[in-house]
Amino acid sequence: MAELEVEIVAADHFVWSGAAKMVKARTSDGEIGILPGHSPVLAVLAAGDLAIEPVSGARIAVTVDGGFFSVDSNRVVIVADNAQMGESTSAGIR
Amino acid sequence: MGAQIRVYRQKINSTTSMRKIFKAMELIATSRIGKARARVAASQPYANAITRAVSAVASQTQIDHPLTTEPEQVRRSAVLVLTADRGLAGSYSAGVLKQAEGLAELLRGEGKEVKTYLVGRKAQAYFEFRGRPYEQVWTGGTDAPEFDTAREIGKVLLEQFSLGFEQGGVDEIHVVYSRFQSMVVQVPTVVRLLPLEVADEYVSDESDLLPLYEFEPETEQVLDALLPRYIESRIFAALLQAAASELAARQRAMKSAGDNATELIKKYTRLRNTARQAEITQELSEIVAGADALNAS
Repeated sequence: MAELEVEIVAADHFVWSGAAKMVKARTSDGEIGILPGHSPVLAVLAAGDLAIEPVSGARIAVTVDGGFFSVDSNRVVIVADNAQMGESTSAGIR
Repeated sequence: MGAQIRVYRQKINSTTSMRKIFKAMELIATSRIGKARARVAASQPYANAITRAVSAVASQTQIDHPLTTEPEQVRRSAVLVLTADRGLAGSYSAGVLKQAEGLAELLRGEGKEVKTYLVGRKAQAYFEFRGRPYEQVWTGGTDAPEFDTAREIGKVLLEQFSLGFEQGGVDEIHVVYSRFQSMVVQVPTVVRLLPLEVADEYVSDESDLLPLYEFEPETEQVLDALLPRYIESRIFAALLQAAASELAARQRAMKSAGDNATELIKKYTRLRNTARQAEITQELSEIVAGADALNAS
């Protein structure tokens, strides 16, 4: 199965990268879920939690305070002004 | 004679203690360069992602955004000059200031007004000493810039940019900073930050082609969110490069200062020894002459 190649970067450091089955993000319009094969999107991120379901391992939550993300050919680049890795258990959205 | 030796000894002592300072500053700069370069590298992914997104947006939509459209005529320019807070970095700040002067000259020659924004106490001192006007200055932490500083500068410049000429705003923004090429080469560089230059480019390889993005929520809003970030990241990148250059320049300056101090100590030690020897010789010949005089009588 195809998988997403996810990369999260903050202004002054690299946050996380890896393969994922799904990414859930909050845009200014509402929530958006990205599965492999999603059409290219460039969207503005709203402040809140991101949820990433990696291919292996527990779900990862990242708290961001604005930014944007792009999706093209299964490559997800999340560009956050400030990103904080949260505990996988405290992921707000389940 | 004794006075001469004392003077040399004083000079040797003071040069030795100065050399200690130079050595310490060189070591500090050396240890910080690694960190500064790591920060330049760490900011790369963000800058790349933003640049890619901006070029994706710019390449597919006929964007008519105030940030990307070239004004019909440029009547006022803002120049942001990045220098150091402290001296003892050789010609680092002077090189950047010289470049900035050249740019201001050029812009005035084209009939544009120039508004200057400064970063670093050295630039502030330079402008104040000459009684030149400047709009705003940011000081503190030029050797370890924070992203918040970049955001603040970006905000001020964007505000100026979005004001029309009539309201005292600017039509274009330039940045003068020192680009870190290698440990020994740092080049004072001028880049135009705004308006963005949208370059047309032919792509032969299919994979190089940027995909057709959908925009969430609207193209307009995406651009509104994207471009300020792009500017901030460019300013931050310039700040980081300038910091790395400053440290490299300081390390080099302190190294040559330390070497010169070593040379001076060597020279003064020789002179002191000569003086001491001359004193001994003189004393001896005085004694011999005295003894001779006694014997003769």
